[in-house]
Amino acid sequence: MSQFAINLIFVGASFALYFGIAIWARAGSTKEFYVAGGGVHPVANGMATAADWMSAASFISMAGLLSAGYVNSSFLMGWTGGYVLLAMLLAPYLRKFGKFTVPDFIGDRFYSKGARLVAVICLIVASITYVIGQMAGAGVAFARFLEVSNTAGIWIAAGVVFFYAVFGGMKGITYTQVAQYVVLIVAYTIPAVFISFQLTGNPLPMFGMFGEYTADGAANAVPLLEKLDLVVRDLGFRDYTADVDNKLNMVLFTLSLMIGTAGLPHVIIRFFTVPKVADARWSAGWALIFIALLYLTAPAVASMARLNLIKTVYPNGTEQQSLAYAERPSWIQTWEETGLITFEDKNNDGRIQMYNDKNEDFTATAQARGWNGSELNVNNDILVLANPEIAQLPSWVIGLIAAGGIAAALSTAAGLLLAISSAVSHDLIKTMINPNITEKGELTAARVSMAVAILVATWLGLNPPGFAAQTVALAFGIAGASIFPALMMGIFSKRVNNKGAVAGMVAGLAATLLYIFTFLGWFFIPGTNMLANTPDNWILGISPLSFGAIGAMINFAVAFIVSNATEEPPVEIQELVESVRYPKGAGAAVDH
Amino acid sequence: MSVQNESARSYWRENIRIIMTYMVIWFAASYGCGILFVEELDQIQFFGFPLGFWFAQQGAIYIFIGLIWAYVFSMNRLDEKYDVHE
Repeated sequence: MSQFAINLIFVGASFALYFGIAIWARAGSTKEFYVAGGGVHPVANGMATAADWMSAASFISMAGLLSAGYVNSSFLMGWTGGYVLLAMLLAPYLRKFGKFTVPDFIGDRFYSKGARLVAVICLIVASITYVIGQMAGAGVAFARFLEVSNTAGIWIAAGVVFFYAVFGGMKGITYTQVAQYVVLIVAYTIPAVFISFQLTGNPLPMFGMFGEYTADGAANAVPLLEKLDLVVRDLGFRDYTADVDNKLNMVLFTLSLMIGTAGLPHVIIRFFTVPKVADARWSAGWALIFIALLYLTAPAVASMARLNLIKTVYPNGTEQQSLAYAERPSWIQTWEETGLITFEDKNNDGRIQMYNDKNEDFTATAQARGWNGSELNVNNDILVLANPEIAQLPSWVIGLIAAGGIAAALSTAAGLLLAISSAVSHDLIKTMINPNITEKGELTAARVSMAVAILVATWLGLNPPGFAAQTVALAFGIAGASIFPALMMGIFSKRVNNKGAVAGMVAGLAATLLYIFTFLGWFFIPGTNMLANTPDNWILGISPLSFGAIGAMINFAVAFIVSNATEEPPVEIQELVESVRYPKGAGAAVDH
Repeated sequence: MSVQNESARSYWRENIRIIMTYMVIWFAASYGCGILFVEELDQIQFFGFPLGFWFAQQGAIYIFIGLIWAYVFSMNRLDEKYDVHE
């Protein structure tokens, strides 16, 4: 059977599973456990949250970025550490507040339509940026598995996401999400287990990575990381475990990802589905365990894939002749067809050279070896998908990873599109513009806003402002600079008033967007950036990906200054703040 | 009402104290061991791998899990102490 057919079977079977569960759960919805105040068990909710949370960025893209070495550890610490913030600073209190959406909380707590409107805008900007990243990631997956170009892959992804999100109910059912989590985590870990066993003899990738590299025989065993440092150094790259030069940027980047995690609406919403405040805490605990399974495996995938890739190009070691282009393995050929791997024989020797041609200290060595520039360009986003092929694993593993990648992209994209459409139809149109809108009109508005969001995100996804995980990181910066501070101040301060909150959110969002657009183009439209996106141009070396943390500080500062210069919030608002601080008497759970 | 308010205030104070304690550990594990002092920790070889790098890629995550669960248990105890559990 061809690889293409196997991929189709795996992707098709996983879809059948989701639809089957959707139908089963819907049929069961008349039964008692779904009746009034039903809610969902914290373990199931934890898995569903993990599926919502882990998107194409985590699944497809992150390990590719991690394979650059220590420098990108921020993704690991940021996307897990943010959960600690969410669990301790937001989830229990927002559950106690017991409303439906994030703009609901901000609108009520800051008793103003203006605050609600600003929250809606922040939510939409952050979510659309997030969907751009999903489209870029899903596009790569579809391009490879349907064997089409990357552009065609993105449009196919858009079609599937549109169908999936408009089909609606799917997302609403927690058990579909649970199934998606299972598919996703199995697909991610199985190849990693195989590869870890091949390279280190240890089937647990998170330990294998820090174990000994034994693939050259037990007599030549060296620690895997040491081996990796050695081979990348020999190609002019930075040591895999080497420290970074700009710690400030790394701290701010990690912080942006953390506060963004705690500020993203589609994750917060999940904590409204549990019956009690204590359960909101339990759910966060379970969610982090399920998320950590992937995040502890990802660095192992990254390091082992990097090693395997170098070994493929230099089969006899980095000192020896590299691979002849004519003898390249079939996976390189198939990825070349998608345009995500490119080869240019710069020194006309018919062999593939891959090294760091931007390292000036290495130029002499490269010339001595007869190299005339790095010839193989591998898109970071393909690393996880190509990983089983690079390691020559059986073809069913490749089919499995296709299903997993697509599950990751779809579950998150659908969740985000629902957040966008409910923001437009519920928070914007129904609450602010036309309270008398019919239910049918509201539904139409939701569908139209979803379609527009998909189109915009797809178009921008064709030329994304970065790799999938980097684009998603921008979304986190935006959410972290705008929504997170407003939620924090809403819970932990009784003094911050409507004017302060609005001024803070506007300042935080505007500053962050301005900085991002300066380097990445206005509204991410390619070619409209005012300064080249290079570290030399960044203020104090702070990358646009890291600016969310600065935006959040601006937000807090402006909100406090404006609030202290204006009147105190009314007594009933202060009482509302009091009430969210104590767990007793939470209203019935909202069934999402 | 005033008695209840007094107890509510001290519940909130204890809640803040718990959060602050855990946030200090949270900061030390990620920003401390994983970023700011990574070079110093990398000097320590632990079964042949640099400790700072391990913190950044694995250790911080284990500590985060421990923190969230410790927080769950601390808060449940606090809720019972002040009789605000459900």
